[in-house]
Amino acid sequence: MKKEIEISDAAVDALLQKLQREAEASGYHLNNDRKFVRELVGGLLVNQQRYGYAACPCRLAAGEKAADLDIICPCDYRDADLNEFGACFCALYVGPEVSEGRKQAASIPERRPPASQRRAAKAEISAGAPLGKLSQPVWRCKVCGYLCARGEPPDICPICKAKKERFERFM
Amino acid sequence: MKPFTHVAGKDCGRIVFYGLSTCVWCKKTRRLLDDLGVAYDYVYVDLLNDEERERAMAEVRRWNPNESFPTLVFNEANCVLGYDEEKIKAAVKL
Ligand code: SF4
Repeated sequence: MKKEIEISDAAVDALLQKLQREAEASGYHLNNDRKFVRELVGGLLVNQQRYGYAACPCRLAAGEKAADLDIICPCDYRDADLNEFGACFCALYVGPEVSEGRKQAASIPERRPPASQRRAAKAEISAGAPLGKLSQPVWRCKVCGYLCARGEPPDICPICKAKKERFERFM
Repeated sequence: MKPFTHVAGKDCGRIVFYGLSTCVWCKKTRRLLDDLGVAYDYVYVDLLNDEERERAMAEVRRWNPNESFPTLVFNEANCVLGYDEEKIKAAVKL
């Protein structure tokens, strides 16, 4: 069995502050429940050390970046869950109702397809969608849906700060 | 049986908890079981080596095709997914 990794309070504070700043700057909210969020941020730091990227604390990572891209926090499923349930799967990010205390964050159903379905979907996408007559390709951020028409996606999504590797070719 | 850790308590049938060591809903679920004082076995699937992990996931999939955590299995008969206080209390039948 693998050992659990210890994370310092200072490291949690630093990441929590960064996430808070980034969330507020782009119109997202972190859960106000401090203790709950500190535990989640600790989980992100454990995964960062374990895998080299901050995989979702509430999901089982494969430990291989290409297979886990969709669950690097913020995950591809966050915004759909915010819309439907008012919180992401882990309830690190919450919508206005939870943020303002009108609703309680709860455990929600898993939106991420199981591994077998993810492999099938990937094979289908790489088979290629037909390209129209566009002057530039259009890239879509899989985290927040931001679209841009340019040679390559930006290094960092200007809306949600997801990295370049999280973009897909949209058109 | 090896990767499981036993927590002693009131016997309410066999309760098996599959979770992740980093997951906060899993923590809340274990706290609830501890507060209820029931006996159960738990395993953190993210801490297992590959072979044990595959075996544990095959078991999780039997109950929960979405492969999410926590997955709680009661008496090899029914399961509760996620942190759901009411359903867990109903399944425990104290
Ligand atoms: S956005 Fe929420 S559900 Fe998605 S990876 Fe981050 S903590 Fe997990």
